[in-house]
Amino acid sequence: MSDALAVPHGHGHGHGHEHDHEVGCTGLHHRKIMMWAFLGSDCMFFGSLIATYVAYVGKSPIPPVPYDVFDLNVTSISTFVLLMSSLMMVLCLSAIQRNDIKWFRVWCAMTAFFGLIFLGFQYYEFSHFVSRGLTLKSSLFGSTFFVLTGTHGTHVAIGVLWLLSMLFFSYRTGFGRERALDVEIAGLYWHFVDIVWIVIFTVVYIVEFVVGHPGG
Amino acid sequence: MTVKAEPIPQNFAGWMPRPSETVKGVVDWLTTVDHKKIGILYGLSAVLFFFVGGLEALLIRTQLAVPDAKVVSADFFNQLFTMHGTTMIFLVVMPASVAFFNFIMVLQIGARDVAFPRLNAFSFWMFLAGAILLNSSWFLGGATNAGWFGYANITEKQFTPGHGVDFWLLSLQILGIASLAGALNFIVTIINMRAPGMTMMRMPVFTWMTLVTSFLLILAFPVITIALVELMFDRTFGTNFFQSAKGGLPILWQHLFWVFGHPEVYILILPAMGIVSEILPTFSRKPLFGFPVVVFSGAAIGFLGFTVWSHHMFTTGLGAIANTAFALTTMAIAVPTGVKIFNWVGTLWGGQIRFTVPLLYAIGFISMFMIGGFSGLTHASPPGDAQQQDTYYIVAHFHYVLIGGSLMGLIGGLYYWFPKMTGRMAGDKMGVLGFWLLFIGFNVTFFPMHWLGLNGMPRRVYTYGAGFGWESLNLMCTVGAYLMLMAFLVIIHDFVWAYRHGKTSGPDPWDGRTLEWDCASPPAVYNFGKTPLVTERDDLWIRKHPQLAHKHEHHDSGSEGEHHAEAHGHHDEGPIHMPHGSWYPLLCALGFLIGAYGFIYWVLPVAIGGLLFGVLNIFCWALEGPGGYYITPTEEKA
Repeated sequence: MSDALAVPHGHGHGHGHEHDHEVGCTGLHHRKIMMWAFLGSDCMFFGSLIATYVAYVGKSPIPPVPYDVFDLNVTSISTFVLLMSSLMMVLCLSAIQRNDIKWFRVWCAMTAFFGLIFLGFQYYEFSHFVSRGLTLKSSLFGSTFFVLTGTHGTHVAIGVLWLLSMLFFSYRTGFGRERALDVEIAGLYWHFVDIVWIVIFTVVYIVEFVVGHPGG
Repeated sequence: MTVKAEPIPQNFAGWMPRPSETVKGVVDWLTTVDHKKIGILYGLSAVLFFFVGGLEALLIRTQLAVPDAKVVSADFFNQLFTMHGTTMIFLVVMPASVAFFNFIMVLQIGARDVAFPRLNAFSFWMFLAGAILLNSSWFLGGATNAGWFGYANITEKQFTPGHGVDFWLLSLQILGIASLAGALNFIVTIINMRAPGMTMMRMPVFTWMTLVTSFLLILAFPVITIALVELMFDRTFGTNFFQSAKGGLPILWQHLFWVFGHPEVYILILPAMGIVSEILPTFSRKPLFGFPVVVFSGAAIGFLGFTVWSHHMFTTGLGAIANTAFALTTMAIAVPTGVKIFNWVGTLWGGQIRFTVPLLYAIGFISMFMIGGFSGLTHASPPGDAQQQDTYYIVAHFHYVLIGGSLMGLIGGLYYWFPKMTGRMAGDKMGVLGFWLLFIGFNVTFFPMHWLGLNGMPRRVYTYGAGFGWESLNLMCTVGAYLMLMAFLVIIHDFVWAYRHGKTSGPDPWDGRTLEWDCASPPAVYNFGKTPLVTERDDLWIRKHPQLAHKHEHHDSGSEGEHHAEAHGHHDEGPIHMPHGSWYPLLCALGFLIGAYGFIYWVLPVAIGGLLFGVLNIFCWALEGPGGYYITPTEEKA
């Protein structure tokens, strides 16, 4: 998507400076503004899903209820893993900005790997819940829980694919500091997906243990 | 006309290399990334689907002309009104607006294209894919018949088992992706690609309304995306989101749908308001009265549009407090709307008015939209709404805002910008005749519906018995509908004739005020030979009529002296970088369309194959590189 052309402040026309074409009158790159606008849109996307979950929480008459199946320890660990992946992402961006390709590759791979660990935890959690009788079809809780966390998991998976693609193409010639913007934009997405998980973890899991259980 | 130089070599072409800049004909249109061509594609599609939706409307009116008619079956009638609504909203008014966003907004800010030309092409092809998917359901077992709002749980599998709803669901998802991608593109373009000196408050109002509409799109569409995902999961995977037997709440669908649906109303009307705000100053030869107030009112309407959704649900029993709150916000939204009306009237006031066809439509817009606005206020009050809900009064109301408002604005915009798009003038005597036929036909069709509704005739009934006192008014509505058909045939004939034989317009036939009138008609592929420098609002007007600038125009503080001298001289740029076309936007959309058919018929290899084909093309798209060529404009203004 880098064929943006008009340069409002087009002084001169440096051939071979394709990236300059993307800096507009705000001084920001087109793609960066686009990613921020997209993330704003994605807030409404996850907001609607979380609102659905909240509208239905506690109204599902069919067991198992959240308190029966959630394991706060396991989910806390996976949350921690995802949070650490955001740290890796920061280091990854920092490396490419220093033109340090080797450490860029290390941190990019680590970010993707931590994302995969998170997805592994999610797979474990889902299969565990299914074995306890909670499925997409079994109850409202099942439907809302799996669709919400599954959508988030899909976002993580897309992020992992994105990171691995960048890692793969970093072996092509000409990958260096001038691609830092690409990494930064992938990072914006990655951090956003992380933040969404913090909201989901709070609303779905922690609140359940604070107020959700009749006896707790 | 131009000298081209140096095609830029590409290091990666994928399996469908970018066509060269000399390509012509079908391949050019299939691979184009030019905002003007994409705008025309959007516009022509909107016209095509307008006649599809219009045919549906005529069948509806024919069935309702007399009591106990049997022109169509009840089930087919339900399909007709559902598809009529869906088509007119998603396949006519929205793409027609986007056609102008593409063609005109980019010129108004003095840019060469949108920020992401290939993404722009992708938006169009996804739109077309969604439109094809939706309309193919007519031939594949029947279209959806559950209303354009698709209320759950009537759209659940046990109540509407056919594939019609699935087609509707998935086509709206695809159209949503198209709208989202388009809106993101326009936001970046407006924020980041304005010509030097064009501050936000020097932007034309149409560009402003493009921006506000785009923000509404990116914030409203995700909500219906989720609602549709939930309904799709209910239908396909047996989840319980709207299954009342498992505790699901159908009211949740209504909330999600209208959180999208009400901003959608403003997505449909704000572009037309922007168009009218361009037409009126041009043909009054005055600046827009209260420019900043008009802009802020537009933004306020956009913002308030998110706070009023429950007025569609007053009769569902939300309780007195919720109803009161939403009644107040709904009435509040009349304030910025009224402000705009007064500003438009203020623009006309004391102007040197030229009664051209675009101005007729703009004045038609103001008067008809006001009637729609007033009837809207009557159901902003919950007790009034309880009487009017689901009656023909509501049908009258939203046709006054959508035809009298949006459509009048859009047709006016087409007459206004047709010379820019084609280089020829439209709107002679035939244009005036078309306007009056439409104006009369429209009022004959829809005004009686107010009375029908207040006399208790419900919407969406496929027929009615004699003896309720509805016969003559219904017949009148149907006669009006055929008058409108005649009007549209006259209008379309006028445009086709003008395209072939109309007199040449030159770059600036109306003595326009905004930058689109500063380039050739139709514009060269690069739009402006030299990027314009902007020093004032209505910069072009002031350059043309400097003697008027200090008498009538506002003064941007500090800008007058410092820039006036350089306003005429454009700074020098080298050859212009233009992109080549690309196959991947089209192929991507094709993949998702195939995947959608596979999903509906649950043929997993097709579903997954289509999806993977789409993703493969996204990768090729990302990697094919900027490409393009350099072009050196010659001094010309056709």
